[in-house]
Amino acid sequence: MSSRRWRESSRTNISEEQITQLLSTLRQLLPEIPHSHSHKASSAAKVLKQTCNYIKTLHREVDDLSDRLSQLLATIDADSAEAAIIRSLLI
Amino acid sequence: MNNPHHLNPTSLKSRFTTRFLRALTKIRAQKPISSSSPTEIFRRYRRIKAAADKSMAYSVRSRRIWSRAMLWKLRSRSYRRQDPCSGRRSGKTNQAIMKKSSNENTTTRREDGVGFVEEADELRQLVPGGETMNLCNLLDETAHYIKCLTTQVQVMKKIADFYSF
Repeated sequence: MSSRRWRESSRTNISEEQITQLLSTLRQLLPEIPHSHSHKASSAAKVLKQTCNYIKTLHREVDDLSDRLSQLLATIDADSAEAAIIRSLLI
Repeated sequence: MNNPHHLNPTSLKSRFTTRFLRALTKIRAQKPISSSSPTEIFRRYRRIKAAADKSMAYSVRSRRIWSRAMLWKLRSRSYRRQDPCSGRRSGKTNQAIMKKSSNENTTTRREDGVGFVEEADELRQLVPGGETMNLCNLLDETAHYIKCLTTQVQVMKKIADFYSF
């Protein structure tokens, strides 16, 4: 690994160890992709790229769900009892 | 100062769920649902989406950079809407923070191997408030943001499924 990369960010005094740790935290959040070579040495760029894609996927899911809910909205009751039921399902 | 990395999913989930359900009820009460014109549905869709983001941002409050940025954006947008002189255009469309990234075809890798700068910049556009973050904050905020997004999706899915039957 080139040390030039870390020198670029040295103005913020971030240690390479910190970055590696944060990246591994991120990687654990990403959905598992069946890779033939999924060893720990995936580059920072790859992790960030996968993270971007994952966030875009999540945004799209929220969009689709909002769309679905807008169609269903007529059936969603203002009844507090039902809301309580849902809450109990979710929590 | 910063909370430890583990999020309490139960309480965030319940805070979000409560707020979001309340918002849905309000949206439903706003207009008679009998009119299901495409325009109406689209408006409802926009309101629901905004309610989802708002509910999440308010559930996290100002504990995070990204939630502060989102709250600021939501408040300035609603402030603008109340202003009669603001015209019909809704909000800033140039800030592509929550929208699709425009950098689909990017990443000409530089020669010196600092290859992840472009990816980091792309990430900055996806995470609210990302432009102001240094790399360390960006990674940290992104992790929390992703956790919250997955919670949001989870809850919305359960609600939609519940009312689909």
